[in-house]
Amino acid sequence: MTDAVVSDRAVPVYQTAEFERRLRRRYAAEKRFRLYGIAAIGLALGMLAVLLGSVVAKGYTAFWQHELRLEVFFDPAEIDPQGTRDPAVLAQANYNTLARNALQSVLTDAGSRDARRAAGDLLSVGAAFELGRMVMDDPSLIGTRRVVSLPVSDEVDQLLKGNVSRALPEADRQITDRQLAWIEQLEAKGDLVSRFNTRLFTNGDSREPELAGLKAGLLGSMLTLFVTLVLAVPVGIAAAVYLEEFAPKNRLTDLIEVNINNLAAVPSIVFGLLGLAVFLNFFGMPRSAPLVGGVVLALLVLPTIIIAGRASLKAVPPSIREAALGIGASRLQVVTHHVLPLAMPGIMTGVIIGMAHALGETAPLLMIGMVAFIVDAPSGFTDAATMLPVQIFMWADSPERAFTERTSAAIMVLLGFLIAMNALAVILRKRFERRW
Amino acid sequence: MPMSVLVAVLVALSLAGFYMGRSRALDAAGGRMANLHSVPGYYGFYAAIWAGLPALLVIVVWSAFGGAVVNALVWSSLPADAVQGLSPSQQSLLMTNILNVAGGNAGAAETSPVVRAAAEYHQHLRGIGRWALAALAFSLAVGGLWYARSRITPSLRARNQVERVVQALLIMCSLVAILTTVGIVMSLLFEAIRFFGRVSPVEFLFGLHWSPQTAIRADQVGSSGAFGAVPLFAGTILISLIAMLVAVPVGLLAAVYMAEYAPPRVRATVKPVLEILAGIPTVVYGFFAALTMAPLIRDAGQAVGLNVASESALAAGVVMGIMIIPFVSSLSDDVINAVPQSLRDGAYGLGATRSETIKQVVLPAALPGIVGAVLLAVSRAIGETMIVVMAAGLAANLTANPLAAVTTVTVQIATLLVGDQEFDSAKTLSAFGLGLVLFTVTLCLNVIALRVVQKYREKYD
Repeated sequence: MTDAVVSDRAVPVYQTAEFERRLRRRYAAEKRFRLYGIAAIGLALGMLAVLLGSVVAKGYTAFWQHELRLEVFFDPAEIDPQGTRDPAVLAQANYNTLARNALQSVLTDAGSRDARRAAGDLLSVGAAFELGRMVMDDPSLIGTRRVVSLPVSDEVDQLLKGNVSRALPEADRQITDRQLAWIEQLEAKGDLVSRFNTRLFTNGDSREPELAGLKAGLLGSMLTLFVTLVLAVPVGIAAAVYLEEFAPKNRLTDLIEVNINNLAAVPSIVFGLLGLAVFLNFFGMPRSAPLVGGVVLALLVLPTIIIAGRASLKAVPPSIREAALGIGASRLQVVTHHVLPLAMPGIMTGVIIGMAHALGETAPLLMIGMVAFIVDAPSGFTDAATMLPVQIFMWADSPERAFTERTSAAIMVLLGFLIAMNALAVILRKRFERRW
Repeated sequence: MPMSVLVAVLVALSLAGFYMGRSRALDAAGGRMANLHSVPGYYGFYAAIWAGLPALLVIVVWSAFGGAVVNALVWSSLPADAVQGLSPSQQSLLMTNILNVAGGNAGAAETSPVVRAAAEYHQHLRGIGRWALAALAFSLAVGGLWYARSRITPSLRARNQVERVVQALLIMCSLVAILTTVGIVMSLLFEAIRFFGRVSPVEFLFGLHWSPQTAIRADQVGSSGAFGAVPLFAGTILISLIAMLVAVPVGLLAAVYMAEYAPPRVRATVKPVLEILAGIPTVVYGFFAALTMAPLIRDAGQAVGLNVASESALAAGVVMGIMIIPFVSSLSDDVINAVPQSLRDGAYGLGATRSETIKQVVLPAALPGIVGAVLLAVSRAIGETMIVVMAAGLAANLTANPLAAVTTVTVQIATLLVGDQEFDSAKTLSAFGLGLVLFTVTLCLNVIALRVVQKYREKYD
């Protein structure tokens, strides 16, 4: 008998050295286990910090861009020798020459043909377009001298930002020693200025990193999400209302429920295949269009909205329904007059989270041709368009170093939108959530 | 008449119907509301529905199928000698030509007279179709309005009728979920069957060589293309396995700590911060994997003398694992919280420490739920696309080495379908075969996981 064994000993079992040792081991195990948990959370949070930190560290410089202040002579002989001021003639003129002339006058030793070209390469190819646009907007500039700010090429920009080391041997960088000397000369004069990069928001896509902007992607995202919103919200709320308030318990509603739960976990790329096979090939809708993208994303976020909607409808206590029924309201009136308004904040939270999900989605859009090189912002629902995440995907694929910076900046813009949307959802929940 | 004008007219007619119905009902009641069966507004809705709904249905049906009908009519009008002996791809090319000319996208000068005639016929038919649609919709709307007006009497059960229509609308909206599933299954099956007509399913599922390049000329080297998908399955499994090796321990331990140890304040801040990981778009993870993680792993590998591919499975897998951590942790957190307190109290009463209680009581009790969560996470990993498209390779290597480059099912689907496609080549269709496999596998995982989780919930409820 145990009692006998215990009483045989001089000291009770809980005072033996063995017991102490065992207890210490158990406490050590306890402490270790706890540390594992903390380490796991620390690892996850650390990864989040590294992820966000690396994006910000790579991308924050893209919000500034270097421009070269240059006194340009709008030479009539070069732009419009006949003096017609005909827009067609103005559009044809070679504005590169103007920029090169201006550069030649400020740089030492830039007279030869070869040197002129090398000096011209300091500027972005977009510089000539900008000069052209200035002249076409205001032909009276012709014949005058103006100090204008022109974008420098992405290689120069990267060098000035310190992303490319000046100490590299000439063979390893794209800027030649001669160009480097010029850059230092211009820097010393204070003609190279760093400005907030408005082109990032006002330009469409471009092969030249210094000219590439997000406008087309932002507008495309906006149009697509509008379609998604218009389709997914009414349908989602209606489905949630039916399933939660009206549906009899039968095979059909069971089937619908199982379907919704499964659709929520179907890989998003499969929705892209659906869009390709059904909307593009069967219904013959246009490729790359926000309309199709919006429909596909609506199907994608519908389960999220339905599930969130049902949860918040379920949270409305039955007493509300019973009271309304008791004074003679029909079941539909109960829902539209009482239950739905009370559940609305919760439903809207679900809608916003679903929309944030749709905004960040990329894979299905690749299938329906929204990976397109879009320079002009789309103006309608059937124009070719791209979306912000797809723009990020395409920029990430570009080899130029400057595009890495741009991609990170685009990610920051995308995350900014997502944070704003989620913050709105949190505020909605905090402000209007009711505890019954 | 453009569609927007037509819709605007219909909306205006419905609005008119609403006011007409309401005032008609009030008139019919002789100004005494009590004589009416329903509130006047319902009579308004009744008339508005009659004015708008039938016409709207006609418009929807026409926009869905009208184009196909017109195309079929144009096709049958083509002279027999122009169509004879054309292969399916030539047929679709001819039709595209006709449509382009009809849409004014191609210069009419360099096209054949047959195409030009067909294009003119197409434009003609479309014009007729548009006007017929407008006329039909308009007359339906006016007719509906007139019918509703004649029906409105004080005893008309307007509310019941309106509610029946609304009820039907609600049901239709919930059927969208079923329609989506049916659409997915049909589109995958239909194209996959066409694919399996060219490549045998056995070769597809068990073949060891994947190179979907089909030749342009028949005499080109390797013109047949090889569609053995085993390397893709192996690559998907390898990357998913790496992801789970990261996500399951970290996610599970984090969930345990959060559910059992963390004080409420810590829990309230850490949990939403962890959820941020789930809210970051996958394209961002892809960028991180390709430009930060992959070079890091490559350099680390080189430092210890290992040869690491720049698109290693390890980089993609680890980043995917990070993405899935919150998924595992929040699902397991729910499951652990659902374990009844009485089980813990029993263990504490026997003198167990907290960690012993967790390891020997809570986790075994929560195991089915955790397995369900892990299965859902696996299905997530298998279906994840952007990370692997950006960070994993394209070459189909059959290897279990995590430092080598492998490709996955989703990468192949994405690369096969981005860019120009011809829908009669095995190369394009193979993407749908892969999609079918992907859908089936993830569906099975999801169904099993949801079952397990549900069963488990019932057990403790």
